[in-house]
Amino acid sequence: MQTSSSEPVLVLKDIRKSFGAVTAIENFSLDIRPGEIVALVGDNGAGKSTLIKIISGVHAPTSGSITIEGETVSMASASMARAHGIEVVYQDLALADQQTVYMNMFLGREPVNRFGLLDRRTMISETEKLVKELDVRIPSAHATIRDLSGGQRQGVAIARATRWASKLILLDEPTAALGVAETAKVEAIVQSLKSRNIGVLIISHSLDQVFKLSDRICVLRRGKQIGIRNTAETNKNEIVSMITGLN
Amino acid sequence: MSQQKQTATPLSAPMERPPLLKRINLQQYVVYLGFLAIFLFFAIVLRDSGFLTVRNLSNIVLQTAPATIMAIGLVFVLSAGEIDLSIGSIVAVSALAAAVTINAYGMLAGIAVGLGAGLAIGLVNGVLVAYVRLPSFLVTLATMGLFAGVARSLTDLRSIPVTDSAFTGFFGSGALLGIPSLVWWTVIAILIGHIVYRETRFGAHVLATGDNNRAASVSGISVPRIRLAVMMLSGGLAALAGLLYAGRLQAAKYTLGETDLMTVIAAVIVGGTLLNGGKGSVVGALVGSLMMGMLNNGLILMGLSVSDQMIVRGLIILAAVAVSLREKAR
Ligand SMILES: Nc1ncnc2c1ncn2[C@@H]1O[C@H](COP(=O)(O)OP(=O)(O)OP(=O)(O)O)[C@@H](O)[C@H]1O
Ligand SMILES: [Mg+2]
Repeated sequence: MQTSSSEPVLVLKDIRKSFGAVTAIENFSLDIRPGEIVALVGDNGAGKSTLIKIISGVHAPTSGSITIEGETVSMASASMARAHGIEVVYQDLALADQQTVYMNMFLGREPVNRFGLLDRRTMISETEKLVKELDVRIPSAHATIRDLSGGQRQGVAIARATRWASKLILLDEPTAALGVAETAKVEAIVQSLKSRNIGVLIISHSLDQVFKLSDRICVLRRGKQIGIRNTAETNKNEIVSMITGLN
Repeated sequence: MSQQKQTATPLSAPMERPPLLKRINLQQYVVYLGFLAIFLFFAIVLRDSGFLTVRNLSNIVLQTAPATIMAIGLVFVLSAGEIDLSIGSIVAVSALAAAVTINAYGMLAGIAVGLGAGLAIGLVNGVLVAYVRLPSFLVTLATMGLFAGVARSLTDLRSIPVTDSAFTGFFGSGALLGIPSLVWWTVIAILIGHIVYRETRFGAHVLATGDNNRAASVSGISVPRIRLAVMMLSGGLAALAGLLYAGRLQAAKYTLGETDLMTVIAAVIVGGTLLNGGKGSVVGALVGSLMMGMLNNGLILMGLSVSDQMIVRGLIILAAVAVSLREKAR
């Protein structure tokens, strides 16, 4: 279902990460092509979030290489990942709770006018446009994050990522806190990224969702990469036994 | 899927701004109501004791100027999720350093040394907080004591007169267009402080850092740099307050600023700045500071003993902090 001719946006090679004595990731390799959706699955503590933080520059890998569009990068900081067109929806969303929706949408990238003052009008109108486009139902761009429901917050975090991503979006359990309708909405947004040729790495505990959305499935167990399957050529039983290690 | 019922918000007008009254958050206005209540109380109770005279009211404004300047710095510090307990000691060290230098080398050198001393102490605080990652409470508790000691030993507890009339006019006792220089300093500092806090990326990053430093950091904001900057800003503004004291009193002494810390913290918190970061107001701090000044003045005019004044002020600060924390837990 994916044209394998295009160059991958992201290549991970032999990534290893240890926190002191704990090895969170061992010998992980993966490539993601433009417009491809790869699901990352595994039990709690398998190392999924850690892997996303390595790609996004929060943690430096202990060893291994990261290549973005053919260029090997040392992802030393989060702003570097962002400069490469990579956006992340973290498991804890990384929103500033007491600030407005529009300030969060532009956190760290606030536009200013020629006097160097914040250009609130641009931030507000862009936020309203985006929120409408993505059908994220929040009371207002002026609303404070703290006053939003869990689903609305998730919507803001996803809207922010899609606003800024040009190559790759990493989603850490984006629907874990969502109801049925909101989950469907997020799934539609993820699918729409295909047409923008943006690669997606999505972490999910819902195998239904994984099979619905992904082109390939990558399984982690206790930091070890168990395998990668084309979604069309595998089934839930195989993935479950890969996740658990039981047959 | 958009047909699905959603309970959290009304769907009818999803992008409308909420009506003005709903956006007004009562806590923001507590300071104005409190200010008004205290003003009215003293105006009535002290109507025969001279509280309402122009002279007394303008005295209140002049007396609060240094505390207001310090309060601006503290708004930034608290908003970033830190605290600075050393501002009172910085006032004394800066004022003394400036006074000694003015008498030896003139006004400009004195201003530079005074402000430089405050920025340097702010730098020490900032590096320990931002890069060594020590809690600002402990760092500035230590530097508060340390520099109070420095202030005492600097001139052997002596008071240093400042006779340079250009300096005292500019920083304390002069006037421009009939308006006292202390008022000019207050107005300009509040204006600049308000704009930087509300309308610049720096202000937004300070708030984001205090609100959720991890979110700020993954958003590309250099959290350590923000922490360093607010501690230095606080040190610099406390030094300016020291110069204003020296100019107004035409002397510097180690006791300058000694009792200001509690007043400034109270002014800032009453003014709507949260103790744990992410939200605050520079204009609120001004009103809070004027309120504290008015309170001091009124309690003295009422003839309360020093100990009773302390008790009443303590109770009011307690009430203010309670309101602030309730808001945070909402
Ligand atoms: N900063 C850290 N310091 C030390 N150990 C860590 C750190 N971050 C993660 N770990 C460890 O690495 C392992 C993998 O954690 P990670 O958060 O990546 O799991 P996960 O697959 O995302 O789990 P979940 O499904 O529960 O979100 C865990 O054993 C965790 O304790
Ligand atoms: Mg996780």
